[in-house]
Amino acid sequence: VSSLVLVEHNGTAIDAATLVAFSAAKKLGGAVTALVAGGAVDDVAAQVSKLPGVGKVLVSKDEAYSHGLPENYTQLLLSVQKQHKFSHLVAAHSAFGKNIMPRVSAQLDVAQVSDVTAIVDADTFVRPIYAGNAIATVKSSDAVKVVTVRGTAFEKAAPADNKAPIEAVAAAGKSNASEWLESQLTKSDRPDLGTAAKVVSGGRGMKSGENFKLLFDLADKIGAAVGASRAAVDAEFCPNDMQIGQTGKIIAPELYMAVGISGAIQHLAGMKDSKVIVAINKDADAPIFQVADYGLVDDLFKAVPALTEKLSK
Amino acid sequence: LVSQAPIARPTMSLRVLVGCKRVIDYSVKIRINAAKTGVETANVKHSLNPFDEIALEEAVKLKETNKAAEVVAVSCGPDKCTEVLRTALAMGADRAIHVKVDEDTPLQPLAVAKIFKALVAKHKVDLVLLGKQAIDDDANQTGQMLASLLDWPQGTFASKLEVDEAGKKLKVTREIDGGLETIAVNLPAVVTADLRLNTPRYAALKAIMAAKKKTIDEVKPADLGVDVKPHLQTIKVEEPPVRKAGVKVADVDELLSKLRSAGAL
Repeated sequence: VSSLVLVEHNGTAIDAATLVAFSAAKKLGGAVTALVAGGAVDDVAAQVSKLPGVGKVLVSKDEAYSHGLPENYTQLLLSVQKQHKFSHLVAAHSAFGKNIMPRVSAQLDVAQVSDVTAIVDADTFVRPIYAGNAIATVKSSDAVKVVTVRGTAFEKAAPADNKAPIEAVAAAGKSNASEWLESQLTKSDRPDLGTAAKVVSGGRGMKSGENFKLLFDLADKIGAAVGASRAAVDAEFCPNDMQIGQTGKIIAPELYMAVGISGAIQHLAGMKDSKVIVAINKDADAPIFQVADYGLVDDLFKAVPALTEKLSK
Repeated sequence: LVSQAPIARPTMSLRVLVGCKRVIDYSVKIRINAAKTGVETANVKHSLNPFDEIALEEAVKLKETNKAAEVVAVSCGPDKCTEVLRTALAMGADRAIHVKVDEDTPLQPLAVAKIFKALVAKHKVDLVLLGKQAIDDDANQTGQMLASLLDWPQGTFASKLEVDEAGKKLKVTREIDGGLETIAVNLPAVVTADLRLNTPRYAALKAIMAAKKKTIDEVKPADLGVDVKPHLQTIKVEEPPVRKAGVKVADVDELLSKLRSAGAL
């Protein structure tokens, strides 16, 4: 077994979901190599070299890799794979990893195992299907396993007393068929939704985007991130990157507070691994109460401000 | 000098192929089968994968705005796939292709990508629109794999799609983890649809009736030279761990005290 972990980063820090992918790779056994690519990547490469279990950091410095274009990343991964012949290619099951890894799999003529939540052995993986309503164990018959890892399934690798050698690799060509134009990233002073220990989340019951202020106030009081159900995003109460669920973010915080969220199975798929779940909803029959540790049947427009106020005392 | 007639050249003659997977309907509460090898599919409501429905709607809109010349719907699987193809035809696809595979043969994303690649070559396709994932296996792979096999660029998780005037390029707004991103890709290309790309229409009765006259061609993977042998073997399928329902609290004070004593705040 020898694994390559594709590192997702923003030029300054390693993405949290990639830290989880490193733990998964370590669990596979065998040597772990990291691949860091982009324009200015020295800082990130240095951070990666400190992660436990990392044997080597491959670095490809080229602007072609700055915006995650999958056509370019695929060429780089194939070129690295041709030289090193890893048994496993691992990435996070994030928008970045999901975009690139199947492209690589197809070129290698191997299956990809998506959204892995547990590793049975080097060929056998556990992954949720049907929005997490069934859990499949699958075994790959391919010589190379391409695996994307769920961002909440393993511990995040933390810097340790490691200093893996950093080795430059050549860029592998740039596609002219695809071009990054711009990113509109949501800026927030609150913790990152994907990794926050506490999350307050709102649904259709919030009635408007303005009313999300109630949740922001509560979140700021307890240091939480703010999420939303698909219904709230579709109603344009908040942007898409706040969506929790089967097709949005899948999170597992210590505390999840669902406010005005009925709890469709697609939403539960995104949060039911949270440690403590609180539901506030005026509909006592809402399915969210079936997974909530603490359910409060009440008008959220009274309960949430009261909660925020009492927390101030 | 003989004056030359202007060459008639339709500027927007894109042929669009749309993937239409038949899946268990999103509203069905799925049940694991007794042998724990999969989920119960007999006598369970099936429908067109919701993300594919969005992909199809986008293709039909491209045709309605004269950007696409033809929309071809494709479904791979057993005979019942013709049901979702009829839905696709009623929504506005011009014709359909059923790639027939028997019920017992699991079709994995790589095999489907190979089938689509063969169809793209055979039908001279310029744009493939697919859902970003199917709600049964939640794999999120087929579009990317297809783009890779064709060596075409890809615009995945699209929430907005614009075709340029010349019909040579696409501008795709993508839903990514931190917000949105816009890319430009040259045609031909593969685009996968995210939730907010559009709201699919309901087919009117008239369209449903008209769809019955449209053709569904049948082919087999072998006719296309594709081996659909699975690379992944399903060892078992189980219920997820059940979360036990907790307690109802009477008011905000009780909620706070419970959360504090549980160490959650």
